[in-house]
Amino acid sequence: MSHVLAVLEQRDGSLRKVSHEVVTGARRLADALGGEVHALVLGAGAISGTDAAGRFGADKVITATNAGFAQYAPEGYARAAAERAKAGGYGAVVLAASAQGKDLAPRVAAKLGMPLAADVTDLAVEGGAVVVTRPVYAGKALLKVKVTAGPAVVSLRPNVFTPVERPKAGAAETVVVPGDGGRVVVKGIKAAAGGALDVAEAPIVVSGGRGLKEPANFKLLEELAQAFGGKAAVGASRAVVDAGWRPHGDQVGQTGKTVSPSLYVAVGISGAIQHLAGMRTAKVIVAINKDKDAPIFKVADYGIVGDLFEIVPKLTEEIRKLNG
Amino acid sequence: MKIAVCIKRVADSETRVKIAADGKSLDDAGVKFILNPYDEFAVEEALRRKEQAGAGEVVVIACGPQTSQETIRTALAMGADRGVLLEAASVPADGLAVARALAAELQGGGYDLILFGKVAIDDSNHQVGPMVAELLDLPCVTCAAHLDLAGGRGTAEREVEGGMEEVEFPLPAVITVDKGLNEPRYPALKGIMAAKKKPLEVKPAALGTAGLEIVAMTLPPERKEGRIVGEGAAAVPALLQLLREEAKVL
Repeated sequence: MSHVLAVLEQRDGSLRKVSHEVVTGARRLADALGGEVHALVLGAGAISGTDAAGRFGADKVITATNAGFAQYAPEGYARAAAERAKAGGYGAVVLAASAQGKDLAPRVAAKLGMPLAADVTDLAVEGGAVVVTRPVYAGKALLKVKVTAGPAVVSLRPNVFTPVERPKAGAAETVVVPGDGGRVVVKGIKAAAGGALDVAEAPIVVSGGRGLKEPANFKLLEELAQAFGGKAAVGASRAVVDAGWRPHGDQVGQTGKTVSPSLYVAVGISGAIQHLAGMRTAKVIVAINKDKDAPIFKVADYGIVGDLFEIVPKLTEEIRKLNG
Repeated sequence: MKIAVCIKRVADSETRVKIAADGKSLDDAGVKFILNPYDEFAVEEALRRKEQAGAGEVVVIACGPQTSQETIRTALAMGADRGVLLEAASVPADGLAVARALAAELQGGGYDLILFGKVAIDDSNHQVGPMVAELLDLPCVTCAAHLDLAGGRGTAEREVEGGMEEVEFPLPAVITVDKGLNEPRYPALKGIMAAKKKPLEVKPAALGTAGLEIVAMTLPPERKEGRIVGEGAAAVPALLQLLREEAKVL
C-alpha cells in the first residue's frame, strides 16, 4: 500500500481546472496501489477552489504556503514538492503537463533522483509498477513505458483525464514552507491579446491555414470562435505561423502544440503529416477546404468542400443562432 | 561568453512512423534525421550572444548514437566552435539518465549560459534541460520565447496558458528555448567547409541506470474514414445537425 501525491496548480489564488484532472489521475493510481491521494497546493495563502480536490478523490488537501509563492516560483515550488514527496514516502507523484507542470515536474523528479514519465495519456498499475502510455513523434506513435524506479513521477497531458467525482473527506491541512521562492522569479503574466483561452486547453479549436490567403482573414475564424461563446480558441498551421501571420503559441502540430479538443475545425488547412500529428486525437474533426483531395479529409469526421469565405460566415451565423 | 548548447538528432517531422522489429522503437530505414528544430533556435541564440559579446566560445554537445556527429557538424556549420558527442547506442527513454550524462560533461566547464531546445520532437520528453539545471544547481528558465541578458542577470518571457510569463534570473543559467526567440541562420557553404575542420570530441556517455523501461511502441488507432457532408455554404445546416445529433459535440 502506498499513497499518491497530487501536485495541484493554482493561478492568482484560484485552483486551475487542470488540477481536477490531476486528482482524477492520482485517484486512479491510488486505488490500484491501495492508498490515499494527498493533494498539494502551493501558494502565498489560502487557495480558493481546493474543496474540489476532495470532490474528485483527494483524501487530504495540503496547502503549503510561503510569502514567495504568490506567483509560480520554480525553485521554491520544486523544493517544497520534492520535500513533501520524500517526507510522505509516496508511491507516485502526479502533476499536470501544463506550462507550469512541464517546468516543475522535471525539477521535482531530478530532486528525487527519479525518472519523469511526462505528458502521459493513460496510466495503470501492473504487477505493482506504474505503467504509462505517452504519445511520441507528436502522436504518430504511442509508447508504453514501465516505471522501474520509485516514487514514479508522472505528468498528465491536459484535457485527457476527464475529471470523475469521487467524493472523499478532503481533510484540509496547512503547512508553512521555510525559505524563499528561489533564484528564478516570476514577475507576472502579460495576458495574451487573443484572449485567455489557450489552444492546448480549449474544448473547441478553430484552426486556419494558408487557404485563408492573408492574415487579416483570420478575423473570420476569430468570429467563429467567439460564436462558440468563450469555449473556442483559434489555432494555426505551421505554414501561416512561419509566415508570421499568427503567433507561435497558436501553432498546432509537431513543432507546435498537440491538442485534443472535443471539436477541431480545420479551415483552409491541407493536412500536412506534421499538422495531423498535432490534432488527430481530437474527438471530432471538421474540415473545410476547397480541394476535395486534401489529406485533411482523410482524418476528418465531417468535411465540407468549397469556398471557406462563404462557408465560414454561414457557419458562424448558424452557431450564433444555436447559442442564442 | 562561453556558451554550451545541448542538441539532439531527431527524425524529421515529416517522417511516417513505422515500428521496428523489436516492437519498441522507430524503424529508421529511409528516415531522414535532422537537428531538432527547437535546438536550432538554441544554436542561433548562442551564436548571436557570442557575436554581441565580441568574444567567447560556443560548444555544442549531443548525447546519442555515432551518427549524431552529422547533427553536431550542422551546428558547427552554423558557426559553433567545437562539438562533443557523448556516444550512446541509443538515447534512453529516461530523461534523467541523459541529463546525468550531459551534466557530467558540463560540470566545471565554466559556462555562462547552457542552452537547450524546449523539447525534442521525437520523444517529447520536455525535461532534460531543467534536470541538468537541478543536477548542476543552476537557475533555469524553460520555453523562453524572449531573452534579455545584461550585467550578470537575465529576463525572459515564456508562454503559459493565456499569456506570457515574465521571469528574472541570475547568470550562469540553463535556458530552454521556444520558437519565436530568433530566426535561425542557414549554414553557408563556407561554414559547411569550415565545420569539417572544427574539433569534435567523441566519448562514451555516462548514462547510469535508466528508471524507465519501454514495454512497447504501437501506432495509434486509425481514425475511421469520415464523410463529405456536402459542398459550399449550403452544407452548413447538415453539418450542424450531424455535430448536434450524431457527434453530440454542440
